[in-house]
Amino acid sequence: MQKRFMSIWFRHLLTDGLARRRPELKDLPFVLAAPVKNRIIITASSPLAEREGAFVGMAVADARAAFAELVVIDEVPGQATKLLRLIGLGCIRYTPIVSLDVDGLLLDISGCAHLWGGERGYLTEIVLKLRAAGFDARAAIADTPGAAWAVARFAQKKPIVPSNSQAEALAGLPPAALRLEPESLELLKKLGFRNIQPLLQTAPQALRRRFGQQMLLRIDQALGRVEEYREALVPPVPYIERLPCLEPIRTAPGIEIAMEKLLEMLCLRLQSEGLGVRKAILKCHRIDGRKVQVGITTTKGSHSVSHLLRLFKLQIDKIEPALGIELFVLETPNVEEMDTVQEQLWAEAKGLADNSLAELLDRIAGKVGAHTIQRFLPSENHWPERSIKLATSLSEQPQTTWPELPRPIRLINPPEIIEVMALVPDHPPKLFVHQGKRHDIAKADGPERIGREWWQDSGEHRDYYILEDSEGCRYWVYRSGHYDSADAQWYLHGYFA
Amino acid sequence: MESKQQVISKLRQELLQWEGYKPPVAGQRGVLGLGELEQVFPNKIFPKNCVHELVCATTEQAAASGGFISGILSLLMQQGGVCVWIGRAHRLFAPGLAAFGVQPHQVIFISLQKDKDALWVMEEALKCPGLTAVVCELRQMDFKQSQRFQRAVENSRVTGFVLRNAGKLSSTASAARWQVQPLPSTDLGGLPGLGFLRWQVDLLKVRNGQTGRFQLEWQEKRFVPVEEIRIEERQVG
Repeated sequence: MQKRFMSIWFRHLLTDGLARRRPELKDLPFVLAAPVKNRIIITASSPLAEREGAFVGMAVADARAAFAELVVIDEVPGQATKLLRLIGLGCIRYTPIVSLDVDGLLLDISGCAHLWGGERGYLTEIVLKLRAAGFDARAAIADTPGAAWAVARFAQKKPIVPSNSQAEALAGLPPAALRLEPESLELLKKLGFRNIQPLLQTAPQALRRRFGQQMLLRIDQALGRVEEYREALVPPVPYIERLPCLEPIRTAPGIEIAMEKLLEMLCLRLQSEGLGVRKAILKCHRIDGRKVQVGITTTKGSHSVSHLLRLFKLQIDKIEPALGIELFVLETPNVEEMDTVQEQLWAEAKGLADNSLAELLDRIAGKVGAHTIQRFLPSENHWPERSIKLATSLSEQPQTTWPELPRPIRLINPPEIIEVMALVPDHPPKLFVHQGKRHDIAKADGPERIGREWWQDSGEHRDYYILEDSEGCRYWVYRSGHYDSADAQWYLHGYFA
Repeated sequence: MESKQQVISKLRQELLQWEGYKPPVAGQRGVLGLGELEQVFPNKIFPKNCVHELVCATTEQAAASGGFISGILSLLMQQGGVCVWIGRAHRLFAPGLAAFGVQPHQVIFISLQKDKDALWVMEEALKCPGLTAVVCELRQMDFKQSQRFQRAVENSRVTGFVLRNAGKLSSTASAARWQVQPLPSTDLGGLPGLGFLRWQVDLLKVRNGQTGRFQLEWQEKRFVPVEEIRIEERQVG
């Protein structure tokens, strides 16, 4: 979409703001002043004072000498930003993305102007509103922030620059319209550049050599060759729903109804945009001024009201309403694009991609914690404890095959020490004693030697045997180390079916 | 004029239908492949949309039951289904399932310490139609809880297995109560080492069916009744 920006310039921001607060100043020539290097310098001047010759940057003593009735007021530091912030927040009714300049505002008006009958109507509306409030504002609309800034401040007429004609609009303006450093402007003046037109025709290399990279960047930004990013006054949270309550809500069913209403509004929007919630936070503003919040996360994006409501219902007991909740805000910091799957009439395919499975896991994670859910994949590792690894997602597929060798169905972790009678080296034991119970071995398989991974840890290798005792129970035991070594020790490591 | 026998069997069929057991649809193989063992169940089919209870007195029996369930799971999950296994942390060893023809990565483990949590998760999982089977290791299960499981299963058509201790065995609403015990394997033609896994499967209780005692072996990724092996041996001998 074609981007459009509007720049608003306040010629007498501080004095207008002060006159608004103190109407008695309206008809007086007054200036704001602040000490700079032991001199009191004028930092802002009202239109009446300007007419009398008191300009910004003059020493107050000089201005007083020329015009004795001048009213001088001390400047409050930071007042300009405060005022701009307030006006900017007021402008959010025109566009959601407003950012601050030094002496004005910049509005991203892409896709907003038609609501006021086109750009002309939009511009008139805003400028008239601001003038009615007492601010001497000028505004311009262009494709780029740079061009809008320049036209608002330096052009005499035609505040609306048509699309893709920044160069023509800028050509007649003085170089100061490019937002350059004072040193560069000084140099340009010396060299005789009175407007931007010749600058646009000069080779970029020559400009860079004399004025630095900054100038080229400003030209490119103004012409729209380089994107310009700005921080929005209110960072956009794209998916947020609010539900104010007439009477404070204190009961669980009431909270549930609020959740449902919010989710219905949210999911309708998400559905139309093909998005699903991964993380959502419900903020409850209580009438005692406190805020309580609960959050949910999902394993897979979802815009199903019933599913999300079930997840939130599990959290209801964590919300303490105290005297009552007067405002619910549902925020979704994390949404993800969903595959638009056509609704299936016959849910035949069962598998890991199944939606109801993802929803089940979300509920389990919400109730008992996500750490309890595990899915294992084979790892290329013979050491039994390290032969499996946790899968990071439901869709992750094994990179290698599962071991073909017999492995027990139950593993004892850590292995338990057993007493063994093994008469012949490298032969299975004749009997073993585990937890005071004696098992006579009838059949055995083995040994299967598994060496330790010396690059991971040090220690003895293991010789595994599969044993079957006289009752038919099957065990997985191993001897750590060689048969004849002094510290050889037998362990029970698992049970076969 | 129908004979008394026919009338009774017809009435039995109707009773079964009211209780939720459906006769096999023509052309669809409802048989799971457990051989003789399957004959004791109503309609002579292993009931899939039910909760089965396995009693384990010792750790060895729990391992045998785990293996036996894995064998049944491999038959149930042939079309790439997913199973949820609820148990205490790090008991089951995933690679051990591979020997029973179950893809261990198709099983989702949920490790819980408290029975209270396990009961809640089990009931939620049984309601999930996207699953093929749910296995849960519990210490105890009372009648009320088993009824809740049964009700959850009826809509979702999931097969449920409960592995429980042999403490207080009160009556439950489960379709069957099993006990699986390991049996000594037989040597394969005089070769040393272990033979095929062999179990004694006791059906202690079967709703609308008969109880029984069977011996099964796990050979080449399928169940083989021991009777058949004996007959084969006799024929060879």
